[in-house]
Amino acid sequence: MAMLHTVNKSVFERNSLDSCISMAKAGSSILLIEDGVVSAVAGTAASDRISKAMESITFYVLGPDLKARGMSEDRIIDGIKVVNYEGYVDLTTEHDNIQSWL
Amino acid sequence: MADVKKFMYVNRKAPYGTIYALESLEVVLIGAAFDQDVSLAFVDDGVYQLTKGQDTSEIGIKNFSKTYSALGDYEVSKIYVDQESLDERGLTLDDLQHLVWEDEDEDWAEKDSIRILSRAEMADLFEEQDVVLSF
Repeated sequence: MAMLHTVNKSVFERNSLDSCISMAKAGSSILLIEDGVVSAVAGTAASDRISKAMESITFYVLGPDLKARGMSEDRIIDGIKVVNYEGYVDLTTEHDNIQSWL
Repeated sequence: MADVKKFMYVNRKAPYGTIYALESLEVVLIGAAFDQDVSLAFVDDGVYQLTKGQDTSEIGIKNFSKTYSALGDYEVSKIYVDQESLDERGLTLDDLQHLVWEDEDEDWAEKDSIRILSRAEMADLFEEQDVVLSF
């Protein structure tokens, strides 16, 4: 019954993540990919909003996209899980359906 | 050199997710051949273009971040970064590559290329330009 949401835009540039958070049901998951990975970094203007959303939604971030942008895993918000491409595939199979917030 | 114009390239996108960052860099390098007064501005998500330690080995895209350190050799020595954009993203100057240029007028002394500006200073800088190219 749980949905996987993917967000590929930076929270600082588009409202995709905020829209997604506002419509994602409790118990669903959000995977941050591509430019969306910068939203996972701790201590930003958006991190409090994301921490709040994490009370009911599980957050994941794609490690290879983080590395590409020079962001190490140790600076992301506590509780966001880093996955690789295999983990991405696992997430797609573990959830009932997927919504891509482009 | 009466025809020298002030060119500014404004970079506002993170690298790799879109092609803007790479395209901008290529235009800057081409433009450098024309002996103009060139400045680069990094604003909003554009600041991510300059982060150090970029590793694209797992995403199948060429890591072009090393090219920024070559800009000094093309006499592109004015790289302006918006302080507010860094702050919003939890970044500091330490998170960015150390970019330098060599000053011919001072016995090739190595100098920092990156200058951190406030929004107001950045706005003034935009006003001074003859040509502004946005990416």
